[in-house]
Amino acid sequence: MKHILALLVVDQPGVMVRVAALYSRRGYNIDSIAVGKTEDPHVSRITLVVEAENEAELEQITKQLYKLVDVIKINDLTKDDAVERELALMKVSAGSANRAQLLQIADIFRAKIVDVSQDAVIIEVTGSEDKVEAIIALIKPFGLKEIVRTGKIAMVRSAVRS
Amino acid sequence: MNLTGAQALLESLRREGVEVIFGYPGGQVIPIYDAIYREGFKHILTRHEQGAVHAADGYARSTGRPGVCLATSGPGATNLVTGLATAYMDSVPIVALTGQVPTSMLGRDSFQEADITGITMPITKHNYLVKNVSELPRIIKEAFYIATTGRPGPVLIDLPKDVSVSACVYSYPETLSLPGYKPVYEGNVKQIKAAVAALETAKKPLIYAGGGVTISGAEEELLRLAEKAEIPVTATLMGLTAFPGTHPLFLGMLGMHGAVAANYAVTSCDLLIAVGARFDDRVTGQVSTFAPNARIVHLDIDPAEIGKNVRVDIPIVGDAKHILAALLSLLSAEKHEQWLKEVNKWKSNHPLVYQPHTDYIMPQAVVETILELTDGEAIICTEVGQNQMWAAQFYRFTRPRSFITSGGLGTMGFGFPAAIGAQVGNPERVVIDIAGDGSIQMNIQELATIASYQLPVKIIILNNGYLGMVRQWQEFFFEKRYSEVALNNPDFAKVAEAYGIKAYTVKKPEELKRMLTAVLNHPGPALLNCLVHPEENVLPMVPPNGSIHQMLGVGEV
Ligand SMILES: Cc1ncc(C[n+]2csc(CCOP(=O)(O)OP(=O)(O)O)c2C)c(N)n1
Ligand SMILES: [Mg+2]
Repeated sequence: MKHILALLVVDQPGVMVRVAALYSRRGYNIDSIAVGKTEDPHVSRITLVVEAENEAELEQITKQLYKLVDVIKINDLTKDDAVERELALMKVSAGSANRAQLLQIADIFRAKIVDVSQDAVIIEVTGSEDKVEAIIALIKPFGLKEIVRTGKIAMVRSAVRS
Repeated sequence: MNLTGAQALLESLRREGVEVIFGYPGGQVIPIYDAIYREGFKHILTRHEQGAVHAADGYARSTGRPGVCLATSGPGATNLVTGLATAYMDSVPIVALTGQVPTSMLGRDSFQEADITGITMPITKHNYLVKNVSELPRIIKEAFYIATTGRPGPVLIDLPKDVSVSACVYSYPETLSLPGYKPVYEGNVKQIKAAVAALETAKKPLIYAGGGVTISGAEEELLRLAEKAEIPVTATLMGLTAFPGTHPLFLGMLGMHGAVAANYAVTSCDLLIAVGARFDDRVTGQVSTFAPNARIVHLDIDPAEIGKNVRVDIPIVGDAKHILAALLSLLSAEKHEQWLKEVNKWKSNHPLVYQPHTDYIMPQAVVETILELTDGEAIICTEVGQNQMWAAQFYRFTRPRSFITSGGLGTMGFGFPAAIGAQVGNPERVVIDIAGDGSIQMNIQELATIASYQLPVKIIILNNGYLGMVRQWQEFFFEKRYSEVALNNPDFAKVAEAYGIKAYTVKKPEELKRMLTAVLNHPGPALLNCLVHPEENVLPMVPPNGSIHQMLGVGEV
């Protein structure tokens, strides 16, 4: 089963490498990894999407991660009510014939055209993994030249919602 | 106070109570060696960096204080790798210092540049590359704290040359801030109560003691617990000094080459109390048949050890000494007469035995004679292989921190340099390396170290002419195809003499005791080359992945 782990880590050089290397040497797989600063300048946040066969395996991964001196806190957001987002950039072949159609698809997904050239456009989309997968599937037939995805980031919703 | 990085390093080491560095110089650490020279800091020059890191390890294991080693960049640093992995596997506190090319030269494949923090990431508890001299005191403080607290381990500090020579305004921090590092010492009260309740209802309890008992200094508490609740005790290779080897409740080592009584007790017990042990595969054999009738209580300071290899019923995370003391305070005296009777029957029916031989010295007899002559008081270091297992089986330890052996990594060449460190840390004690003829050659250059410092380490080689343990596996499981295990050895006594070390060879069983006495009584370093039976095996033995109650070499009773 896939899990989304949010790690708060001390903002030190090499901390990403330590996390990623721990995974590979213990024989686990990372689907995606995203890292960035937080509201605290000394703390970064790493969002991992990982595959774990069962609870015991997930527990072992989590404990091994905690052994890293720079890891402060780990939250498994899988079961929480969390907002999940991913950003993707897609370069698509687009001649004058199919450009209108592409724009329409982008519009439905609230995606943006961020670059236009003679024979291609770059589309930017943000959303859940499902949404990103869906737009990719629709765009593929047009000639998807290149794609880049950020990996997932996630945040737990506040308990009291307005 | 204005100091260079090198001076700041030594000043910080002094504040951490470091009395000796084991090391080897080279280009990028000359400034540090210059400070060592000028300040007269105690330094032991080994003849290989691997010798230095193992010596720091032996010092740490035998004293309980962190060991410090120093090597230059590139090849000096990479020569530490085996020693760091050895210390990491056995949770030994070491602070390893390496030189590095100047920060401006990093990442250019400069002369003698190696990414040692990258290389050692998986084999250190933590490591640092110092980028600016101003961070140095904080990093040293953190390194010692991390190395020695929680589950101890090696920490490496990589020191670029410009950091060593730059000046800083020195002050050593009083406190440290490590938000991601908070070892837990006290056990959870609810869990401790659950363990007490389990003990009160158990009919066949067994303690399985590991190296964590030694690390935490919990020998006294363990003894009191075993006696108060009448619980027999078995120990791992790393835990052999956790409990007096002569005590009636002691069953000996468990696992692949464990005592029959110990392995039978594990299989029969209804409550297994693991203290600072990690259910290694050499202990458990096939996991599915390990302790099949028992509820398991697991005390460990490392939460990641709980449930890693076996399912645990009552985990208690914390320091063994604290938890055992808490258990003791809640537990009333217990009697397990019936169980002890059963266990003692196994003990008397299956003692560790070997067949004496008229022409050959038996390796086990060498260990037994060492035990007799040292009264169980020596610090015994071992190499790896049969020599290690015979030392573990036939020596009876009565003092803590007196068995220094590479358990987790099984590093040949460890014992001799470790003995050097143990001798430096314990100048008054008898320190013996029980060696194999293969292993001793992996760090034999350290003969020069004991000769030049006149360290009275005693090397006893169980010389069987083989990589004996590998030969044993080939005999048992590969139809005696002895592939690449016969050694054409040099005359070890002559080798030692060339280094200026007193040395003898002994071949006749009747001369063993006299020669051992001569070597052990020699005031300086000495070596005894014991030509032993070439094809003796370590028994009993659990075949790899077998169940631990089914052992080869156990007669029917
Ligand atoms: C550095 C290293 N290389 C290889 C091994 C594999 N190995 C384990 S025991 C052994 C034989 C050791 O021979 P010796 O030192 O003569 O000891 P004996 O078993 O004969 O007592 C070998 C090669 C090891 N443990 N360590
Ligand atoms: Mg041998």
